[in-house]
Amino acid sequence: MSSELQTDLLNDAKIYGESLSKLPQDLYIPPDALEVYLDSFQGPLDLLLYLIRKNNIDILDIPMATLTTQYMEYVEKMKQIKLELAADYLLMSAMLIEIKSRMLLPPIINDEDDDLDPRAELVKKLIEYELMKTASQELDDISQVGRDRFIAQGYFEKVIEPKSLPDVSIEELFNAWKNVIKRAEQFETHRINRAELSVREHMSLIIKKLGNDQLISFDSFFNEEKDPIPKLVVCFLAILELTKENLIKINQQEPCSPIYIQRA
Amino acid sequence: MEQSVKYKNIIETALLTSGRPLSIDDLQKLFEEKVERSTIRMLLDDIKNDWNEKTLNLVLVAHGYRFEAKPMFTDSLMRLSPDRAIKYSRAVMEVLAIIAYRQPVTRGDIEKIRGVSLNPNTLRQLLEREWVEIIGQKEVPGRPSLYATTKFFLDDFALKSLNQLPDISHSEDKISHSLEEKLLSADASEQINDQ
Repeated sequence: MSSELQTDLLNDAKIYGESLSKLPQDLYIPPDALEVYLDSFQGPLDLLLYLIRKNNIDILDIPMATLTTQYMEYVEKMKQIKLELAADYLLMSAMLIEIKSRMLLPPIINDEDDDLDPRAELVKKLIEYELMKTASQELDDISQVGRDRFIAQGYFEKVIEPKSLPDVSIEELFNAWKNVIKRAEQFETHRINRAELSVREHMSLIIKKLGNDQLISFDSFFNEEKDPIPKLVVCFLAILELTKENLIKINQQEPCSPIYIQRA
Repeated sequence: MEQSVKYKNIIETALLTSGRPLSIDDLQKLFEEKVERSTIRMLLDDIKNDWNEKTLNLVLVAHGYRFEAKPMFTDSLMRLSPDRAIKYSRAVMEVLAIIAYRQPVTRGDIEKIRGVSLNPNTLRQLLEREWVEIIGQKEVPGRPSLYATTKFFLDDFALKSLNQLPDISHSEDKISHSLEEKLLSADASEQINDQ
């Protein structure tokens, strides 16, 4: 199944305008095609397995010169384009080259050294990977919740039945309400608002009221019955301020007589 | 007799409406009085038989018992909401298989088996699905996280325990045989011994 998928993938892939319809026949992958192969295989082990299984080639019996040349080509290419992904493939090539070269060397006769066939490690890896590949296929064949397994989900809502409630007399209700009010009073807050009173504004008002040559009694600026205390204070401040700026004069004929204000 | 029918109906209703698998411990909580585990098991068997001719199967998974649609309805049900089906990539399934069969494993173990570096996104998908969790750190330099599968993974694959994973020992024999034959062939080793 997965190899069909891979072929599909390659049918869509194009390299320099030419479509790649064939999967690799051997390990010599042109660097340009590498990314495409990287998409269709899970990694170098996957590719090796494919070559062994489908093409029946002996990956360990590949001429070393060609493999080395290709290896060097990749390294060159990686300097130009981003091919970090190719690192795993390079490692694999290097490993194959190493195995091959070790096999060409005469074996060291050493009883203590259990270092067996240089190929053994690679074979072990391939076995484990193919086994896990098979396992993942088997797992995927099991139907899964969220994909193709459906679990019963009957709906259930807890219904609370209305309870019969005890009667309440009007009086009790009234008392309860009174208590609420009483408690609420204890929480009542006294809010202090910032009065929007400007001394400058009052200064202007006083000047206007004085007109040009009028003499007005100090008391007439204050309406104690109507005005709140802050306003009275501000008005007094305004008078003091005007005096300081020499705009008005405050006069008094003798102690305890009425005070008069006039323009300076 | 009357009593056992009542119990059975309560258990059945709970299973149909709970939205999650119920263990025998859970089912015991349904009753004020103490009902023996063996009684509940027997009733579950009855319920299972009752549904044989109907549309749902009563199955036992890691977290307990649950009802699920019989496989014969799968195709129809999938047609109802085709977008619902979550299909994971080959990479995700391979990583899941490695964690399931070789747990606990580190990221490095997974990379070693697959021969490629692991895309963090792959593991994240499995962690987010709660199929996989970190169960500790390996006491080696760097203290890498150890990954293992969860009970939810078993639930979603309708498995009671990890023992129920598909048996791969047959494949193991087959694979190692054929690969060893192909790659460690006699003539090659003769070459080595020849000189």
